[in-house]
Amino acid sequence: MEAKSNDTTWTDICPLNDLTPDAGICALFNQQQVAIFLCKQSNSVYAVDNFDPFGEANVLSRGIIGSTADITYVASPLYKQRFNLVTGECLDSEEHKLKTFNVRIENDHIQLKEAS
Amino acid sequence: MSKQRIVVVGNGMVGHKFIDTIIGTDESKYEVITFSEESRLAYDRVQLSYFFSGKTAEDLALTDAAYYEENGIKFVLNDKVVDLDFDNRNVITASGRVESYDKLVLATGSYPFVPPIPGNDQEHCHVYRTIDDLEAITQSGETSKTGVVIGGGLLGLEAGNALVNLGVETHIVEFAPRLMAVQLDDGGGALLKRKIEGLGVHVHTEKATTEIVAGTTSRYRMNFADGSHLETDMIIFSAGIRPQDELARKTGIPIGERGGIVINNHCETGVEDVYAIGECALWENFIFGLVAPGYQMAKVAAAHMHGDSDSEFTGADMSTKLKLLGIDVASIGEVHGKTPGAQSYTYHDEIEQVYKRLIVSADGTKMVGAVLVGDVEAYGTLLQLKLNDMKLPANPSVLILPSSGGEEAAGMGVDALPDTAAICSCFDVSKGDIKNAVVAGCCSMGELKASTKATTGCGGCSALAKQVLDNELSNLGFEVKKDICEHFAYSRQELADIIRVKKIKTFSALLAECGSGIGCEICKPAVASILASYWNAYVLEDEHIGLQDTNDNYLGNMQKDGTYSVVPRIPGGEITPDGLIVIGQVAKEFDLYTKITGGARVDLFGAQLHELPAIWKKLVDAGFETGHAYGKSLRTVKSCVGSTWCRYGLKNSIGFAIDLENRYKGLRSPHKVKFGVSGCTRECAEAQGKDFGLIATDSGWNLYVGGNGGMRPRHGDLFASDLSDEQLRTYVDRIYMFYIRTADRLQRTSVWLENMEGGIEYLREVVINDSLNIATELEAEMETNIENYQCEWKTTIEDPEKLKRFKHYINSTEADTGLAFKVEREQRFPASKKEILIKELS
Ligand code: SRM
Ligand SMILES: Cc1cc2nc3c(=O)[nH]c(=O)nc-3n(C[C@H](O)[C@H](O)[C@H](O)COP(=O)(O)OP(=O)(O)OC[C@H]3O[C@@H](n4cnc5c(N)ncnc54)[C@H](O)[C@@H]3O)c2cc1C
Ligand code: SF4
Ligand code: FES
Repeated sequence: MEAKSNDTTWTDICPLNDLTPDAGICALFNQQQVAIFLCKQSNSVYAVDNFDPFGEANVLSRGIIGSTADITYVASPLYKQRFNLVTGECLDSEEHKLKTFNVRIENDHIQLKEAS
Repeated sequence: MSKQRIVVVGNGMVGHKFIDTIIGTDESKYEVITFSEESRLAYDRVQLSYFFSGKTAEDLALTDAAYYEENGIKFVLNDKVVDLDFDNRNVITASGRVESYDKLVLATGSYPFVPPIPGNDQEHCHVYRTIDDLEAITQSGETSKTGVVIGGGLLGLEAGNALVNLGVETHIVEFAPRLMAVQLDDGGGALLKRKIEGLGVHVHTEKATTEIVAGTTSRYRMNFADGSHLETDMIIFSAGIRPQDELARKTGIPIGERGGIVINNHCETGVEDVYAIGECALWENFIFGLVAPGYQMAKVAAAHMHGDSDSEFTGADMSTKLKLLGIDVASIGEVHGKTPGAQSYTYHDEIEQVYKRLIVSADGTKMVGAVLVGDVEAYGTLLQLKLNDMKLPANPSVLILPSSGGEEAAGMGVDALPDTAAICSCFDVSKGDIKNAVVAGCCSMGELKASTKATTGCGGCSALAKQVLDNELSNLGFEVKKDICEHFAYSRQELADIIRVKKIKTFSALLAECGSGIGCEICKPAVASILASYWNAYVLEDEHIGLQDTNDNYLGNMQKDGTYSVVPRIPGGEITPDGLIVIGQVAKEFDLYTKITGGARVDLFGAQLHELPAIWKKLVDAGFETGHAYGKSLRTVKSCVGSTWCRYGLKNSIGFAIDLENRYKGLRSPHKVKFGVSGCTRECAEAQGKDFGLIATDSGWNLYVGGNGGMRPRHGDLFASDLSDEQLRTYVDRIYMFYIRTADRLQRTSVWLENMEGGIEYLREVVINDSLNIATELEAEMETNIENYQCEWKTTIEDPEKLKRFKHYINSTEADTGLAFKVEREQRFPASKKEILIKELS
């Protein structure tokens, strides 16, 4: 987890309540579209670029999240390619990798920060 | 070494089997030529009667010219072999052709016996053996009101069925005191007679026809020995078959006292290098009038030619299971009490019209024979007991008593069978063969069929073969490949059962009960669909949101650019001008691309997430409901105008289509479901291409099931005819629910039906005869669903909480900045990347 000293650079996005468990939402952050997911079972949050490089549309927040072995991923709603939510890597093709963001829950709010 | 020249006389089922076996061995060693008197290559005579239910000569074909040519088999059709010259090793045909042989195979089959009754050779007198015969019978049927079959044996009853199908008043005249005299005992024969009479077929036993003369009310009059008579327009002789041994008689090949070419255990005749196989062959004074023994002979003869003299023909079982005029009949072993000291158990239910008789050895430990009429479920078990000479259970009566006649109940599961047990007699596949196939990697019925051909002949062995396969798979610790994904070790059907039985209402509860991980894009939507099918809950409950494809979540189909389509339900395709105007106004206001769909309704494309609620509010206020174009659920019920407008319409197809659409709308299923309702046989609604197709007749509806368009078009199978509205609804309720319960994920009804053991027949059993005793349950489930219906869009726009999700950003009201459009033919379309670039640059 991030050290406390970095807290100033975190941006508040929305109340945690706005998220539906096990589903995604899209946030506007630094003029970028970010897909954020809340996984209920592990109580973790993930944040990746919302743009689907295969379908070329801003839709990843509307994909289904799933797991294979111990990787948690999102499957695109357009053509079903899967992306590792932690690393952004595509499980079905080495060609594409999503940008990832730092994300956390603070005071019942979702916060984002550019990954260093 | 030069090739051996094999001449095969007769290209019937067995002759072809012989050739096919040779092709499968070392064909380069042989040169094969075959002659047929008929005008076509071998076809499936066993299925001949299906000719009357729509099968064509091509459907029945067992092979074709291309296959023979590919494998270097020469064939001559329409040319009868009329003489043999053993000295010079030649065969001579009617057309004068002479061909030499090294080995000669006679596979000439048999011919129908026509009793020497004066007047038997008139125009509308037929036999029942070849496709040509059936074509002639069809023609006579067109100008006949009444028809008679002479002979009440197996084939006679099949011929009777053909007459019924041709729509003529049908009579069966039998010389013996009972029907199917060879296979049935008196009790079984009497019950069969009663059942057949119940179907409106007239049965006359103990009648000997003395002459056929001109009739007064019909074309002919048949006079009987007892002084009575019968008038009829056509006659089919089915008084038994005789081995076709003409060539043998002529050339001195030894034949039996009552005909048939005598063969030994290697199928060799009395003349060197001449073999006889199939129905023309006489083995130990016995002619086998079934195809399976003929196939065995074909294999034995081929092996012997190949130098394998170990393989021998040692007789064959003549047990039979048949459906005659829709009535199940089976006979196993010896049933005429010829076994000394044999005792019997009889079960006779006059109400349900079931007759079963089990004959056991004097000491009661072994089975001698059995007769089953009306309920043949025990056939598989009994046959195996007999064939393998197995010890009977302590109280053999349980084998034929109701509810304990089943395979498991009697405690004689397939596990108890020896490896040598014949499972499929048509293709000579034993339990051991199936075992080997499983070891070699075969895991499904499809693979088993491909590798062993089991069940692909008469089909009588399907249930048993499946049991053996499953049993072997589990015995060998194989896991049957049916898990839906890595998170659940269950098939869709099993998950559906768990959900139903344990009343599970959420995905997380199911995961806790029997899954692992967090799920995935395969199991989540499948489970969401099952939950919706059983509990028909609102699909946008928080619990379900993460499970669904975006289409279900936002109640619209996602398009290539991330926008959605809007499809209001237009039941039956009927819409008022006012309704059309509202759709037009909404489309105009939101600048939506508008198109009439292939499903006879209107699709509006290009709606963004944040616009969807406003669009639907307007539609719902005007009385529209969601069209579920996004769901795996009922799509459209396509109709034609029917009797309300069309001059040919027989029934109100549009009214009924609307009823049906309203009845089943919203119901989630393994895949989408479409209906078509046509007002007459011109079929303007293309009903036969839909999952459920209805076509009006002058006395009701014909119901077709399992039609499909899409990637692999398929016409539906006729499920039942002339149904009333009420009957139709009941049957559709049951079939639909049964599909939901048992189909695989994303399996359309067409594929579901094709994969169903027993196919449409089985479905009829379940739905019409309630063979699984679940009809009431299925109907009740359907009723609950209908009661719980809600328009998802109406519920959604009324709930501010739910509406929160309908915007592109959680933290901004902006629209998706990535979208770009262009205008073509006065409407808006998504712009491509290139088009956006050009626009930006200019
Ligand atoms: C709009 C429409 C084409 C049109 O412009 O006319 C259409 C559009 C789509 N069809 Fe279709 N189908 C449309 C009529 C048909 C028909 C014709 C019919 O119903 O008579 C068929 C063949 C009949 C059949 O289903 O058997 C048809 C066979 C398919 C299939 C192939 C199904 C199959 O079993 O092979 C798919 C793919 C699937 O469902 O898996 C499909 C899937 C789709 C999807 C949902 C593809 C997708 O996932 O994006 C399309 C999006 C619809 C949307 O955005 O609203 N569509 N589709 C038609 C909508 C009808 C309606 O009012 O709801
Ligand atoms: C309606 C019907 C239903 C049946 N149902 C069943 C069933 O359910 N189960 C079952 O096991 N069996 C059934 N049978 C029997 C089964 O069809 C036969 O056992 C099987 O066809 C025998 O095969 P075969 O090759 O010996 O004879 P066939 O199939 O009769 O073939 C012999 C061929 O040789 C040709 N031929 C004869 N002489 C000559 C010649 N001199 N030169 C050239 N060609 C010649 C004939 O024209 C014919 O084409 C049924 C038969 C019929 C007619
Ligand atoms: S045919 Fe293909 S492209 Fe056309 S609507 Fe159907 S799914 Fe889309
Ligand atoms: S027994 Fe006829 S197909 Fe198997």
